[in-house]
Amino acid sequence: MDKLLDSFSNFIYRKKNFIFLSFLIPPVLWLGIVYLGSLLVFLGHSFFYLDGFTGQIVYEFSLRTLKELFSSPANIDILIRTVGLAACVTIGSAIIGFPIAYYMAKFTSPKVKIFLFIAIMLPLWSNYLVRVYSWKLILAKEGIISWFFEKLNLEWLLDAILATPIIGGPSLSISYIGMFLVFTYIWLPFMILPIQASLERVPNSLINASHDLGANKRQTFYKVILPLALPGIIAGSIFTFSLTLGDYIIPYIIGTSKFFIGQAVYTHQGVAGNIPLAAAFSLVPIVVMVIYIYFAKRMGAFNDL
Amino acid sequence: MLKALNLNNINKSYGLIKAIDNINLTIRDGEFFSLLGPSGSGKTTCLKVIAGFEAPDSGIVSLFDEDVTNIPPFKRHVNTVFQDYALFPHMNVRQNVGYSLKVQKMKGPSMDRKIDEILEIVNLKGYDLRKPSELSGGQRQRVALARSLINKPKILLLDEPLGALDQKLREKMQVELKNIQRQFKITFIYVTHDQQEALSMSDRIAVFNEGKIEQIDTPANIYSKPINSFVADFIGTTSIFDKDSAMKLFNLDKAFSVRPENVVILETAEDLATINKQQFYITNGTVADCQFQGSQLKITYLINNNCKLSVFKSLEGNINQKYEINTNHTLAWRRSDITVLNG
Repeated sequence: MDKLLDSFSNFIYRKKNFIFLSFLIPPVLWLGIVYLGSLLVFLGHSFFYLDGFTGQIVYEFSLRTLKELFSSPANIDILIRTVGLAACVTIGSAIIGFPIAYYMAKFTSPKVKIFLFIAIMLPLWSNYLVRVYSWKLILAKEGIISWFFEKLNLEWLLDAILATPIIGGPSLSISYIGMFLVFTYIWLPFMILPIQASLERVPNSLINASHDLGANKRQTFYKVILPLALPGIIAGSIFTFSLTLGDYIIPYIIGTSKFFIGQAVYTHQGVAGNIPLAAAFSLVPIVVMVIYIYFAKRMGAFNDL
Repeated sequence: MLKALNLNNINKSYGLIKAIDNINLTIRDGEFFSLLGPSGSGKTTCLKVIAGFEAPDSGIVSLFDEDVTNIPPFKRHVNTVFQDYALFPHMNVRQNVGYSLKVQKMKGPSMDRKIDEILEIVNLKGYDLRKPSELSGGQRQRVALARSLINKPKILLLDEPLGALDQKLREKMQVELKNIQRQFKITFIYVTHDQQEALSMSDRIAVFNEGKIEQIDTPANIYSKPINSFVADFIGTTSIFDKDSAMKLFNLDKAFSVRPENVVILETAEDLATINKQQFYITNGTVADCQFQGSQLKITYLINNNCKLSVFKSLEGNINQKYEINTNHTLAWRRSDITVLNG
């Protein structure tokens, strides 16, 4: 028996791939068949269509559903609204997140850094719905923000902001501004952490070298720090962009009655039973992300990985 | 004499650690000056203060008689070759080398000509479009050098620039660096922990220890007249006799050191007879170790059971010569060859 175990241990020592594969195969099978398989089946439905009379799915290859998606102005509105908001949230998170990440990577002692890591991660430990609902209260007409403006005698300013066409609304909790704030808050950690990691890998000697060669702080930022942090910003933006594209809870709780892609998918596959159209809607974020990553790669964002 | 650099009572601490402790230093224009010392002795901090990356806690830094203590690095006319080269990984060789021209908003043919010229000098023609990751260590070193020389700075700071290269390449680059310094007629301030490198390249050397400068002098003087036991021990191979041993063995009331090449081994009575006893110190030693070093043997003797003495014995004509461990020999060296140590 000992001899058998001994030769088995020799075998797995020699064949390193054996252990590797025996751990890898189950998740690969799971990911390949259960996850990707069902995703492909679902997305494949966008090439079928719903029979208007019977309400039954017709399993025949057709571009009718995709045509329906892109020909209806209401659907186009949903797509533009979602992609536009996702882009704004991404840019907003990058602008807010970069200085925090830079501070963490370059100016903190190890202790402060751990504290900041925990501070950034902490919100992720509490429930997503709880956080969104608490924002609903913060942003509501009777909420703390309105109260604050009132105390400062600045209600007119809040009213002016809310009166702005498109992004305004009856209150912050029912407006694009509110959605933007909540989305940015929720996804900010996903932007900060990759940027922090990429800045951590920029040696201080590069920054010193840039100053040494006559570049002032602004030139150093644009020519050295930003290009080297770009992979981190892109990685972060992939998170914030795709997470915003797919979310349907925040638009449901904070938003106006206008639909976003996530809500459209939810409604079409649920109540309406229009799985082909739901599938066509879910195709959009995937295509948008593929295009985004393609251009990021073309711009050289991943060259130095 | 034109003073390229003057450091006046410079202090710098990191928390409780005093990195440099009241340093005073004057470097002449056109000099090849080395800051030599073990790691952690403050030489790199000193260089950072000169470049402006670190502000001293107190003291004055002047370049060419101009006080630059509070001037940021991008306004100082010094350039640095960094220990890790600090090449910008997202730029190719050309962009790296032309970086300082680019930030001055220089463009077009004049910029191209300058870049071509400097790439020619450092032998990097044809590597223009490679990224730093596609270059060997020696080539990266040349890019770093070209990048900091392109503006013809008055002072070039080099922070252990050859530390990452292998022995052969180091020796080659030492010669090239020296040639470039002669060609450009600029002041080199060279940080190294390699005493051989400092001795062979410098006009003058400052020996650092624990944040202080122990001695500033020419290589020959540093080698032959070390001021204290730290310098004697750090530069070259040396054997140190402390005060007690010196008293006991040679009736001398001061600690002293002796270089291994100055000791002769007297193997026979005839050898001993040739020695003038007034001019030599003579003692007995037991062979503790014998190393073959190519052109010579390095023999370590134990004297009086507590002092170690290293001796170089040239192997002219007798390459297989060997000294057995535990044999006794008479050893002698000229009284004028010892260095009396104060500290």
